[in-house]
Amino acid sequence: MRSFSYSRPASFDEACRVPERTRFLAGGTNLIDLMKSDVERPAHVVDLKSLSMDQIEELPDGGLRLGALATNAGTAEHPLVTGRFPLLASAILAGASPQIRNVATNGGNLNQRTRCHYFYDPDMVCNKRSPGSGCSARGGRNRIMAVLGTSESCIATFPSDMCVALAALNAVVRLRGPDGERAVALRDYHRLPGETPWIDNVLQPGEIVTSIDLPSVSFGEHYTYLKIRDRLSFAFAIVSVAVGLDMESGVIRRGCLALGGVGTKPWCVPEAEALMRDRPPSHSLFRDVAECILEGAVADRDNAAKLKLAPRVIERALWQAAEGTPQSQTCKTIR
Amino acid sequence: MTQAAPTAPCRLQINGEDYDADLPPSVTLLDLLRERLGLTGTKKGCDHGQCGACTVLVDGRRVKSCLMLAVSLPDAQVTTIEGLSRKGRLHPMQQAFIDFDAFQCGYCTPGQILSAVALLEEGHIRSREEIREFMSGNLCRCGAYNGIIDAVEHVVAQRQRDEAGEAA
Repeated sequence: MRSFSYSRPASFDEACRVPERTRFLAGGTNLIDLMKSDVERPAHVVDLKSLSMDQIEELPDGGLRLGALATNAGTAEHPLVTGRFPLLASAILAGASPQIRNVATNGGNLNQRTRCHYFYDPDMVCNKRSPGSGCSARGGRNRIMAVLGTSESCIATFPSDMCVALAALNAVVRLRGPDGERAVALRDYHRLPGETPWIDNVLQPGEIVTSIDLPSVSFGEHYTYLKIRDRLSFAFAIVSVAVGLDMESGVIRRGCLALGGVGTKPWCVPEAEALMRDRPPSHSLFRDVAECILEGAVADRDNAAKLKLAPRVIERALWQAAEGTPQSQTCKTIR
Repeated sequence: MTQAAPTAPCRLQINGEDYDADLPPSVTLLDLLRERLGLTGTKKGCDHGQCGACTVLVDGRRVKSCLMLAVSLPDAQVTTIEGLSRKGRLHPMQQAFIDFDAFQCGYCTPGQILSAVALLEEGHIRSREEIREFMSGNLCRCGAYNGIIDAVEHVVAQRQRDEAGEAA
């Protein structure tokens, strides 16, 4: 690891006033790894852990505020989350390993980088790591890469499981920076790569994620997080689906759905969700939803399987949610 | 002229003993333990948070010490494999790993044992399936997984018997 200076600011104002080539440190499970791989080369590391942002609390409107520094494990096991937002708990437990979840934070989860292996390999060109150098994944070993939201310059997936559930739950990201506070919908937080794939999200210099707010609609009964991967545990998604359905007398009043493993960001298509409004679950409806959400998907050399796999996982997940039989993250048999 | 690398204060308790020094911030908890304190029971496997060989307890919770900066853990209580035994007696999990043949080469074993000790406290021990899932952050290249799960199940059962005995 290259040398860097380390500081622990006492206040937000101090933390936000950072020199160039600064990285904020929360859990560090991704950042430190990237520094070891010489992908991230900060001159200054500003440790946010002394800023109190680790609470999980109820909001007056019935929603939940997840502190940016609350750990993934602490969030997934918090009674307010397991009791009311089991979709979020399930998605968190589907990701990483217990040791990582004990340290990794909610804010850090949003800001983690892709796991595209070309991004991690400084001997290969990568527009995300080194702007303008080219994309090794296009035409390369790209079985794990994205089929939605890609561009000529990047086809890397965004790796989070948690954010897929947060997208389905319509979470809101709260930010604080040198110019004050603002809120951004999770669905708008991550950027498409376009011609600037090195910019992952809308975070501005000096800006810090302070919390993630969950609206009161929690899909406590009809939900699932279904993740398909190469190993049964501790592997990133090939395809994952988060579903929440608000059901009444066997009819879907509102359906929310997000995909992981296939897009350059957590993938949501409001038109696909709207198809479910006031409709009873059926094979033809769920097929239409899958078709709509995958419209425009393009495979590269090795990842065409995702085009066949994704609709099947979407339909299976929609049935799991409709029937109130969410995927267990312990027993991996898919029903 | 080369500029000296910046340092930052590091204050920790490791296996009950105070540690207080200025360190380059790039020193990981793993490298502090192994290279500066000689506590080589904690192993360096992948050094990227994937294998779990470097697992230690920080304030009772299991973590991968290769992914933590030593200076970022003020006043933390760190427990390594060297700190598990009490008065010369092995921790029940250490004994169970021996009794149930839960290792071959032994390189992953300290991390496996600390992970399993934390698992008991977390309570993800309701079934063999659940133990397997919640031990998935520790890889064993020798493939001693069945013995490892047997050892954990044994300690779980032993504990339940002890607790039932205390309650009676």
